[in-house]
Amino acid sequence: MASSPARTGTERVKRGLAEMLRGGVIMDVVTAEQAKIAEDAGAVSVMALERVPADIRRDGGVARMSDPAMIQDIKAAVTIPVMAKSRIGHFAEAQVLQALGVDYVDESEVLTPADEAHHIDKWAFTVPFVCGATNLGEALRRVSEGAAMIRSKGEAGTGDVKEAVRHLRSIVGDMRKITQADSAEVYAWAKQLQAPVGLVAEIAQTGRLPVPMFCAGGIATPADAALVMQLGAEAVFVGSGIFKSSEPARMAVAIVEATTHFSDPAMVAKVSTGLGRAMDGIPVDDLEVKLAERGW
Amino acid sequence: MLALQGDVAEHAAALLSVGAHPVEVRVPDDLAGLDALVLPGGESTTMSRLLESSGLFDAVGERLAEGMPAFGTCAGMILLAADVMDGRADQRSFGAIDVVVRRNGYGRQVDSFEQALPVEGLVGGPLDAVFIRAPVVERVGPGVEVLAEVDGSPVLCRQGPVLVAAFHPELSGDLRLHQLFVGEC
Repeated sequence: MASSPARTGTERVKRGLAEMLRGGVIMDVVTAEQAKIAEDAGAVSVMALERVPADIRRDGGVARMSDPAMIQDIKAAVTIPVMAKSRIGHFAEAQVLQALGVDYVDESEVLTPADEAHHIDKWAFTVPFVCGATNLGEALRRVSEGAAMIRSKGEAGTGDVKEAVRHLRSIVGDMRKITQADSAEVYAWAKQLQAPVGLVAEIAQTGRLPVPMFCAGGIATPADAALVMQLGAEAVFVGSGIFKSSEPARMAVAIVEATTHFSDPAMVAKVSTGLGRAMDGIPVDDLEVKLAERGW
Repeated sequence: MLALQGDVAEHAAALLSVGAHPVEVRVPDDLAGLDALVLPGGESTTMSRLLESSGLFDAVGERLAEGMPAFGTCAGMILLAADVMDGRADQRSFGAIDVVVRRNGYGRQVDSFEQALPVEGLVGGPLDAVFIRAPVVERVGPGVEVLAEVDGSPVLCRQGPVLVAAFHPELSGDLRLHQLFVGEC
């Protein structure tokens, strides 16, 4: 059969993988062994990085893209998609990650930003990107730069879900209001959000972002996952929350179950039972450095 | 709709548009009264695990054995297949259609693609088919009808009431395969 040419790296193909991760849990892992524990527990994807955000926070210093060798080890260890982080604006790190064949690049505020004015032009890549956002304007600026998935930022490495809730509520709440806007108000919204009017008009029609919206930053328990899913997140990133808990394998399974059965409190109760200790958290109000403030 | 994980919303929207009444299935009781089951795209290893822990694996398996129509795309095709290569050792599938699939057979995400796909017997020209880390069909049994191929590999197959696609018709806005499936239920 004569086949027409296959097109890679299209908008639909990039967003498509994010659609496939919906209702799932993406787990931060620092070794191949942890990646296997995550896959065993039912993670839909793993984020390969050298240090989880809680350790980056503790250690200080400049946080960069991980060593390609550890990313390759993790890719070899699991069959699920593997993501990796580049610094904000560091398109050369992103090029390296694409060359390594990672499945998603996270242009992440958890690493030290490389550019204080520009994010990466993500349209220039075949590999899809996920970016963080604290509000709707930030989310739409990232979409306009080519992000194929948005995650609300929360405050990574804290185990405190408050910021994740604030960011989700801000994004979802503004989208709800925009669906009520008339055509003249759409322009005012675009100005207020500092976002492209075309994307704002699209939200007025659909009531949702043009790409999937996941939640990250501070999720440490199954009930945290159920909370953010009920607030409108379509999937959950868990960073330090799993491997900083006392029983990572059980915590991982429980968060996966709670993300699927988020609307069934009896099920969330069942999977939350006897999990050992959740990660030791840091209340966001006690922080000197807020990672979520990185990004423009 | 099997709604444990994956692109459930896209399938549900497509099904609504062709006049079906999609219901989300997360636990065995949700299966009561259903005429057919759609298994969405997503991560087959995750869904396989959640099928076991929810008790759905046996409940769905029984209904499929009784001849309930099913439509699986990508991960859904993997779950309906007779055998899975390059899966996890503990990964189970329903064996509802006699095909052997290889997970991620088309490569990683940077190799994911879309292309115009001619489908046997489908009027209105080729489908816009979106392949995301798609499985490759390595072998089809004698009772399986191959409705479309890419580079000589089957990507759309049917056996009795079971339809499977390696790609994602739910992502392209083209409703013809959902129409075909619902029309035959």
